[in-house]
Amino acid sequence: MRHLSLGVGLLLTGLLVAAALVSFFWTPHPADAIGIARRLRPPSAEHWLGTDQLGRDVLSMIMVGARNSIAVGAVAVGLGMAVGVPLGLLAAARRGWIDEGLSRFADLVFAFPAILSAFLVTALLGPGAINAILAIGVFNVAVFARVARGAAIQVWGRPFVRAALALGRGPVSVTLVHVLPNVSAVLIVQATVAFAVAILAEAALSYLGLGIQPPAPSWGKMLHEAQTFMPMRPTLAIFPGAAIALAVLGLNLLGDGLRDALDPRLRPSRGAG
Amino acid sequence: MLSFLARRLVAAAATLAAATVVVFVVLEVMPGDPALLMLGTEARPDTLAALREQMGLDRPAPVRYLAWVSGLLTGDLGRSMTYGVPVAELVADRLAITVPLAGLAILASTALALPLGLYAASRRGRPGDFGVMAFSQLGVAVPNFWLGILLVLVFSIGLGWLPAGGFPGWQAGIGPALAALVLPAVSLALTEAAILARVARSAVLETLGEDYVRTARAKGLSNRAVLWGHVLRNALIPIVTLVGLQFAFLMAGTVVIENVFYLPGLGRLLFQAITQRDLIVVKDVTILLAAMVVLVSFAVDLLYAVIDPRPKAGS
Repeated sequence: MRHLSLGVGLLLTGLLVAAALVSFFWTPHPADAIGIARRLRPPSAEHWLGTDQLGRDVLSMIMVGARNSIAVGAVAVGLGMAVGVPLGLLAAARRGWIDEGLSRFADLVFAFPAILSAFLVTALLGPGAINAILAIGVFNVAVFARVARGAAIQVWGRPFVRAALALGRGPVSVTLVHVLPNVSAVLIVQATVAFAVAILAEAALSYLGLGIQPPAPSWGKMLHEAQTFMPMRPTLAIFPGAAIALAVLGLNLLGDGLRDALDPRLRPSRGAG
Repeated sequence: MLSFLARRLVAAAATLAAATVVVFVVLEVMPGDPALLMLGTEARPDTLAALREQMGLDRPAPVRYLAWVSGLLTGDLGRSMTYGVPVAELVADRLAITVPLAGLAILASTALALPLGLYAASRRGRPGDFGVMAFSQLGVAVPNFWLGILLVLVFSIGLGWLPAGGFPGWQAGIGPALAALVLPAVSLALTEAAILARVARSAVLETLGEDYVRTARAKGLSNRAVLWGHVLRNALIPIVTLVGLQFAFLMAGTVVIENVFYLPGLGRLLFQAITQRDLIVVKDVTILLAAMVVLVSFAVDLLYAVIDPRPKAGS
């Protein structure tokens, strides 16, 4: 089961990344090529996943959409890690009011589910990919800060850290040399989960018209447009959603597999899931 | 116990107060001129002036903030620019859809997840367990709005059993109103059920290893009696906690799902207010949703403190 999760997760995530990379230099058809004469075509040898209401090739749009999803996910997770991890490590090292302040900040961020903070950002700055990234990224800052803090506090209690302190190492040195390497596994696993959440959040925002803006293709927006035409061409509503689900499934399985692989104490048979 | 609860209450109140500051600063201070943001640069000067007066923008921001917060506490949420009615009235109407929708979703997810979790735990390591875990992984990965679209495709367009969207109103009768909420509630419930089934399975497996379960088995009780009589009752603690914690995700989910099914609930009101730039409604509904999340988290803390003595000692 452990190897199965890791294997399937790697395969699906690899497919997602490959589709995005390949789309930079090849797609079956140009993703933005409109052709009214070929609109709403079913899957065929020429258009493997059919065409949409404007005659655009669905597979090509999904490939370019993968690129956009990965970009949003990567920046939102990168932002969360770049700001959240140092904050969490600092709170674990210093405790006291810094720790208390961080906990209150996280409480505040979690009071606004990601989509709600995205709404707030949109109300202020208008819809767009950058604003969606900003909203998801701020949510991730709190997530990574909390995860890094929790894991780091455990490491600070371990004998080798006390030994390092006794040898005269300062808190910065201990954090960089001993704490960070020991929490990196937890952070890597959290990154895959956060990536999956970011892809879902971006898709939801784009579905509502608040994320990636036309003419750039996005899976969420494709689903929104498909809703009008699905009585005529149901596959339009199936393929973009399947792309989102497979991407998220792959990242979640990868996270599960990595967690088990990086921490031998966690075994699926114990019921940890 | 009391000091633990008092600390949690203070923390919840502080979070809520900070949330009002964030919402106010984002929507009323950062835009510079909220009236301009609402009406756009093409608005006529006299219309702008009228809105500025209605919003009291001539007063300093701290005074406006205090007036807004005291209005929130007394139920005076201001007047919607788009609908021309008190926001409190709008919110009350919309809650009559969102609250039953969230309630149905919680009911459906719990009704689905508990038996699945129990079944998986009792079949640990066997194909049944594998099947439930696979369902759980899939359920978490499927976006609820896509599931909603697929359900419409099958049950509304294909079979014609349930409405594809809209809400007839409670005055049309319980039957038609509930029928309009079935597909949205199921769409919301699946993800929650997938997570809950996993937690239920873990909680049951953990409880199965306890001494009193071994004692019950040694007394000769059947598997079923042990599961329902001893294991489930004790495994409920983490499950109930999770149901509460999932509330935030559920509220976020209703915002999207209400738009998939064109349900005139709180989420759709918020979405429409944003697209119509009705900042008065955006401000009120956002803080209301955030307050619901904070209050439910606090209630979960309370419940947890009552059921399980450990967090009191730990914090």
